[in-house]
Amino acid sequence: MRMVLYASLLVIALVALWLLLPTQSQAATTHHVTIDAAQYEFSPGRIEVAQGDEVIITLTASDVVHGLYLDGYDIEQQVLPGVSQQIRFFADQPGKFRYRCSVSCGALHPFMIGELVVSSNAPFRQAVAAVLLAVAGSIFYLSRFRSSQNEQGSETTRA
Amino acid sequence: MAADTRVDVLRRLPLLARLLKSRAFQPALMLLTLFVFTLAILTGWFGTPAGSRNFGIVFVWIVWWALLIVILVPFFGRLWCMICPIPAPGEWLQRRGIIRRAPGKLRSLHRRWDRRLKNMWLQNFGFLTIATFSAIILTRPNISAWVLFGFIVLAIVLSLIFDNRVFCRYVCPVGGFIGLYAMMAPIELRARDCAACKAHRTKDCVTGSAAGYGCPWMVYPGNLQRNTYCGLCMECLKTCPKDNITIRVRPVGADLLVMKEHRLDEAYKAFIMLACALLYSVVLLGPWGWLKDAANMESLPAWAAYAAAFWGINLLVLPGMFGGVTIIARFAAKQTAPLRQLFIDYAYALVPLGLAAWIAFSLGFVFANGSYALSVISDPFGWGWNLFGTAELSWTPILPGAVNLLQMGVLTGGLLFGINVIHRVAAHHSPGRALHATLPFAGLLTTLTLVFLWLYLG
Repeated sequence: MRMVLYASLLVIALVALWLLLPTQSQAATTHHVTIDAAQYEFSPGRIEVAQGDEVIITLTASDVVHGLYLDGYDIEQQVLPGVSQQIRFFADQPGKFRYRCSVSCGALHPFMIGELVVSSNAPFRQAVAAVLLAVAGSIFYLSRFRSSQNEQGSETTRA
Repeated sequence: MAADTRVDVLRRLPLLARLLKSRAFQPALMLLTLFVFTLAILTGWFGTPAGSRNFGIVFVWIVWWALLIVILVPFFGRLWCMICPIPAPGEWLQRRGIIRRAPGKLRSLHRRWDRRLKNMWLQNFGFLTIATFSAIILTRPNISAWVLFGFIVLAIVLSLIFDNRVFCRYVCPVGGFIGLYAMMAPIELRARDCAACKAHRTKDCVTGSAAGYGCPWMVYPGNLQRNTYCGLCMECLKTCPKDNITIRVRPVGADLLVMKEHRLDEAYKAFIMLACALLYSVVLLGPWGWLKDAANMESLPAWAAYAAAFWGINLLVLPGMFGGVTIIARFAAKQTAPLRQLFIDYAYALVPLGLAAWIAFSLGFVFANGSYALSVISDPFGWGWNLFGTAELSWTPILPGAVNLLQMGVLTGGLLFGINVIHRVAAHHSPGRALHATLPFAGLLTTLTLVFLWLYLG
């Protein structure tokens, strides 16, 4: 049993380490994306690009005045219905970045959110790797050092 | 988690002890919070309908919420209940005074609270009801104000019918989850010597004395083992003639392993809170507009489907998954305890993960929207005032780059703590095979954590 457990933990640790490896980079491309803002949604709600790509967003609003603020890139653009705006930037930072409406547009304005995912999304891969390593380490610790204590007596209290 | 590792704070800080024993201390703080609470209601009724420009919405659902879930509950347990303004008017009416200890009985109809309701179920269903309407309540100042006003009216009505804080103990939907997560806090109010309490005949902490009232939370401080139902009102500190009550610093989460007090209603509170944190992260912080429309009651059929799914996930899906894992763990560890007991005991491992999930969710919108607080404090009604010169400050997300890192750290901490609790509970039920029971739960908790991480970072 113990050998199977340790082998499983080793596999989990290897998966975690694999997630930490740098991914192969592709040739940079340009993405033309039209994002329409309407209460309380951006369409599309999720954009995926690769690190280093150029992103050209045509921003439109189909009901009231909206805005787009891109976390991490500190880009902000307001848009009126019927008048499109263009945003251009290079996706040089990997990760998931939320774009939020930056103009108070109604009740659910604070929750009008979209997502830009810049692959290989290293922060997410690192976070998953960290969790897996932490869990594997925790299980290893419990199996190796806590089991003998448990056999000597429980620390919980039940009358 | 032996008692000798705990630090008696009041012995080390006698000035704090004097302050907490003062009859004026708690009412002074309650008056302050009551002022803010009243302002939140008034701005909700009479201020701008734009939530992000209204004091009621910004200060209740962003500032107060962040303070509560990120700082007060994790570090100080039920400290908010000590200064909460909602029960204050009812309690003061019962006591016929605010500061002084009025002689005689409390003024109420002295009805008895139904035994069947002496648990967290009302709070569970109350929280679920509020949560189902959260997209409305959290964003409409007028409705938010009516809900807050409703709480205060209900607290007054209950205090006129029943003695003590029945509203706080059995009804308040916020108090329920504060009680659950207060088990994690590194502080506790306890008797220094339980034997002295047992031998003490008059039990002033329960009956009251000239120095203070009997416990308004209807607990016996002399045998208190968990933070869950102690509202830190400090009445027992005032009434104890033997100076036997104190506040201690203790290991985080110590209450989770007091297994003789584990109950199904509390276990379900843990399920509901974790599921709600997950659902809020999907609905409010996700990019899916159709879900926000459904939660926002854009159409009744869509909202009904949303509400049914919301209740189903809370009451059936997550508990069902957990029950399935409990069966596997029981079989793997050859545990003989009844399945129901194991289901309840293991559910307490969701408390650290649930608290972490709520902190992570709250960080996601508090940092993004916290800057609204600066403008509404100068113009609480949205009427064009500029009391402190900050009304024109524009919305700016705070530390957007750090939020994901904080969320990851908090969730990982909650996960590891949860696995540790599972292992200790498993060790209680099957000392030699604790790991066998831990592994299936570790898998479930890790999966849930990865789902949260995907929502925030993936």
